[in-house]
Amino acid sequence: MSTRLSKGGRLIDRASAIEFTFNGKRLRGFKGDTLAASLLANDQMLVGRSFKYHRARGMVASGAEEPNALVNLGRGAFLEPNQRATTTETFDGLEAQSQNHWPSLEFDVGVINNSLARFLPGGFYYKTFIHPRFAWKHIFEPVIRSAAGLGKAPKEMDGDRYEQAYAFCDVLVAGGGIAGLQAALAAALGGARVMVLEQTPVWGGRAPVDGDVIDGMAAGDWVAKTVAALAAMPHVTLRTRCTASGVYDHGYVLAEDRVADHSPGDGRPKKRLWRIRATRIAAATGALERPLSFAGNDIPGVMLASAVRDYVVNWAVSPGDRTVVVTNNDDAYRTAIALKEAGLAVPCIVDARAQANGPLPMQARALGIRIETGKAIAKVKGGKRVTGVSLCMQAGEGAALEDIQCDAVAMSGGWSPVVHLWSHCGGKLNWDATQAMFRPDMARPPTSHDGQAMVYPAGAANGALQAADALADAALAGAMAAGTSTIITAATAEARGEAALEPVWVMPQGASYKLRSKMWLDYQNDVKVSDVQLAAREGYESVEHTKRYTTLGMATDQGKLSNINGLAVLAGALNADIPNVGTTTFRPPYTPVTFGALAGEARGEIFQPLRRSPIHAWHEANAAYFEPVGLWRRPYSFTRGGENHAQSIEREILNTRANVGLLDASTLGKLIVKGPDAGRFLDMLYTNVMSSLPIGKCRYGLMCNENGFLSDDGVVVRLTEDTWLCHTTTGGAERIHGHMEDWLQCEWWDWQVYVANVTEQYAQIAVAGPKSRAVLEKLGGMDVSAETLPFMAFADGVLAGLPVRVYRISFSGELSYEIAVPASYGLELWHKLMEAGADLGVMPYGTEAMHVMRAEKGFIMIGDETDGTVIPQDLNLGWAISKKKADYLGKRGQERSFLASPDRWTLAGFETLDGSVIADGAYITAPGVNANGQGNTQGRVTSTYYSPTLKKGIAMGLIKGGLTRLGEVVEFTRLGAAPVKAKIVDPVFYDKEGKNNG
Amino acid sequence: MANPAAPRGNPRFDGFAAVREIGPLGMISLRAKRDVPGLAAAFAALGLTLPDPRRITTAGEKAAGWMSPDEYLLILPYGEVTAGLASLAQSLSGQHHLAVNVSDARAVFRIEGVKADQVLKKIAPVDIDRMAQGELRRSRAAQVAAAFWRDDTGYTLVCFRSVAGYVMGLLEHSAMPGSALF
Repeated sequence: MSTRLSKGGRLIDRASAIEFTFNGKRLRGFKGDTLAASLLANDQMLVGRSFKYHRARGMVASGAEEPNALVNLGRGAFLEPNQRATTTETFDGLEAQSQNHWPSLEFDVGVINNSLARFLPGGFYYKTFIHPRFAWKHIFEPVIRSAAGLGKAPKEMDGDRYEQAYAFCDVLVAGGGIAGLQAALAAALGGARVMVLEQTPVWGGRAPVDGDVIDGMAAGDWVAKTVAALAAMPHVTLRTRCTASGVYDHGYVLAEDRVADHSPGDGRPKKRLWRIRATRIAAATGALERPLSFAGNDIPGVMLASAVRDYVVNWAVSPGDRTVVVTNNDDAYRTAIALKEAGLAVPCIVDARAQANGPLPMQARALGIRIETGKAIAKVKGGKRVTGVSLCMQAGEGAALEDIQCDAVAMSGGWSPVVHLWSHCGGKLNWDATQAMFRPDMARPPTSHDGQAMVYPAGAANGALQAADALADAALAGAMAAGTSTIITAATAEARGEAALEPVWVMPQGASYKLRSKMWLDYQNDVKVSDVQLAAREGYESVEHTKRYTTLGMATDQGKLSNINGLAVLAGALNADIPNVGTTTFRPPYTPVTFGALAGEARGEIFQPLRRSPIHAWHEANAAYFEPVGLWRRPYSFTRGGENHAQSIEREILNTRANVGLLDASTLGKLIVKGPDAGRFLDMLYTNVMSSLPIGKCRYGLMCNENGFLSDDGVVVRLTEDTWLCHTTTGGAERIHGHMEDWLQCEWWDWQVYVANVTEQYAQIAVAGPKSRAVLEKLGGMDVSAETLPFMAFADGVLAGLPVRVYRISFSGELSYEIAVPASYGLELWHKLMEAGADLGVMPYGTEAMHVMRAEKGFIMIGDETDGTVIPQDLNLGWAISKKKADYLGKRGQERSFLASPDRWTLAGFETLDGSVIADGAYITAPGVNANGQGNTQGRVTSTYYSPTLKKGIAMGLIKGGLTRLGEVVEFTRLGAAPVKAKIVDPVFYDKEGKNNG
Repeated sequence: MANPAAPRGNPRFDGFAAVREIGPLGMISLRAKRDVPGLAAAFAALGLTLPDPRRITTAGEKAAGWMSPDEYLLILPYGEVTAGLASLAQSLSGQHHLAVNVSDARAVFRIEGVKADQVLKKIAPVDIDRMAQGELRRSRAAQVAAAFWRDDTGYTLVCFRSVAGYVMGLLEHSAMPGSALF
């Protein structure tokens, strides 16, 4: 049984009891507990099932490296899968559910895979499901996926909120153990702006648990003193519960701040993603203890020696009355001593080394603990819980010498520095044979923009496992990261000599296949020593290939425990040296970052910027049905009564043609172009001549890219001698502004032209229809008569007391004015127009009515008639292309043989013989088939609508031969039906003479 | 003529910092090279001082911000823009420049309170702590362009009018009670 001890517990507050549930069972913990500690205190060692064999899984670690103790936290809108119990703080009301079991944690059907284990070796899926090919996608994968899986995917929208924040510092210290604090102190005293991040809620790391003595005081006291000193410095920022999860180019660091994970419902954001620009990074990320590979090392109750020590010292949790310690190093003796000091039994320390005579083993012996050197664990006994171990010789094949009854096994295979942050941007590693670890090669660091090292490992992360070495190393790292020559004296720790470890990758070294197939490397993904050895035999020599073949290190823990052991086994199987096999690539994030933090504030109303015109609120209040146009929302139509959209559009069109309609055209791009060279500039940008436009007049113009393709169109206005106003399409405003700046800054940098984008300065309202002039005259303030303000002219003036500029331009074919007013008065002008037009039948109309009316009039639309492959000549717009100009953007492109070819598809109108509407995107069929056996085509539709004005379907399209084929009947494709016959007609369906322009 | 309407109607939100929409302010976008003769005098005629790169100079309700090597943002009372444009036209007559009214193309917000800086730290990739007195930053507020500067009582942030609702939403989210960074 695991249980709570009556005394001790460095981090818990026994006065603050907490209630929580696990699989619905009500349990009690203390403030300061991790969920793992609380569960162990309640004898809940079994917490989940492994991914493949559904084997019983218990806590193996006490921190971020935990592969087993994953739970679903919360429920409904607050459900979070795959949360590590070892890093989750227990809070009152916490609800946890175990994962990957059915029907229950205690009795799991999937465990049948366990007895089939010998039929499910590494690479099993690849071998078994490769044929027939189609079956993977349709049969095997769905079945496997439904049987597998860890946590439950949340089904509701996340009920929490998240945010991001930016931070800047000279030195970012990742890790708040003694090395991190020492490095921070060194950097801060050197004058650097320092940010220190600690992933747990507690400063100090392992040192207080390990009983280190620093500067003559207990490690915990030194930590408190140092944190206080750092907190007092204004240029130091300290954060706990904040994990530096990734290092990116040029000192960019992402960190996940668990703001309110432990205090749900208090209104704070659950998590915050910090986006940090650090000049240098000190990686004081510590080291992770390695498991030992012996048979049954995955049975609940087998834990890392350091984790057992943590549970006893930090949370007063006993993993069991009797714990056997198995090790290849001196450090694990600390666990035996801690257990003994807590009043628990240590039946035996099994040490694979031939001798153990360092200070720690001597201390253990003095406490009366039995030590068996040269010995190994042959196998662990038990199913859902450890019941005992069989001992054997480490040098042998596993013949049992003795059985020892116990409730837990504390194992230590040595330590691996956490080199992740060093490695994310390319820092290289060396194999340290003495300590049997990969550690940073200081000669090959990740470099920043200046070619200098970007990351400085400090302390255990640099292989300095002993406190005394770690502090000295960290002080130097901190100073180097700060770029200071002021090297402070490092704190000193009492050195406690530890004898060298002896690498043990398989225990016992000559273990049989049967034993090796029960030695777990990757606990979560069920990868065993035998699987890696099989991969090696099958030719997977690269560690990266072996990883993918066996799934070693591919689980949610990303191989924090399994990586080094796995590659050492691979090296053994390949008869290669460990450094020659190398490691897999360390990629961010170090620990999983929740999607909510990555999305930050971008959800709901502020998921994406929504651009609103000055009249938007009126549209919303008047049943506008919006369509997205870029980031704008424009009214597609305004619904009245029980209308459907088609009925609204028909009403809006007929009313505009009979009375008067209002269109919110504020989104149209408006660019002011001014300067001595502005005319010349516009003549280069537009296909026609703009420099000759008289002041006070408007001219329609086309803009092409340098390849000759039509890019944008709009009405250009001459304001003064050296100033023009260019209207662009809604989508073209920013794009054409950029296009203009590009040419001015990069190509014609000596031309004197300035451009200003004043799109949002003006609300612009189109007032269209035979009664539009009457509406404006009712508003009063300026002369809008045909004589004073003829078609394609404009005038500045006042309407209804508002300062306006009125353009006589029409996109509908009706008498029409476009009125620009400062945006702050846009809504007011709209109200005035609606009031003035009330008895003239005024109605607003939307973009679809606008589209249909322009199509009835045969006007092209950028994005309908053009798609980036169409030139103005294709659209019969030759009249808008100057023959006189020496050059304009696109001119030479249009002279290329393919663009000048008479075979190009060109614009024509189409009317079906039966009056129906041609389908969007339909092609015009041609006889025969092409090289691919597809039917030939000779054209396609570009705009197709039901015309309420003409009471029939109308369309524009591109067809080979274009208007030379007027009157011919061609066929347009229809999906799932025979083609429809249509006659080629003039594309101007309505008022060809232009008499309605008034 | 009624008063000009600010894009969002001047809402206010009180969180750990206070955010509110102000304005509309009078704004002129001026494009001119720095060595144009009479530029400093043109500023002086408006009661403004030519700002150094990345700085904003203020004088009462008026301000002049450096936006790029050949662009300035002049801020003055909304009703004085027409006169201001006329003054610039006169001062810079014969010199290549462009001055346009952008008063209505912008939305303006104030962020105030002792922790006002923390609101901006959540939405702008700017080292706010190292912003100098009188420094103007052109940056972004989450997904949109924004410029801001600091004075004795807080920050003024300017963005495009069409995204005023988005920016107010961002500011409210970022100033939510209890979510202060430090």
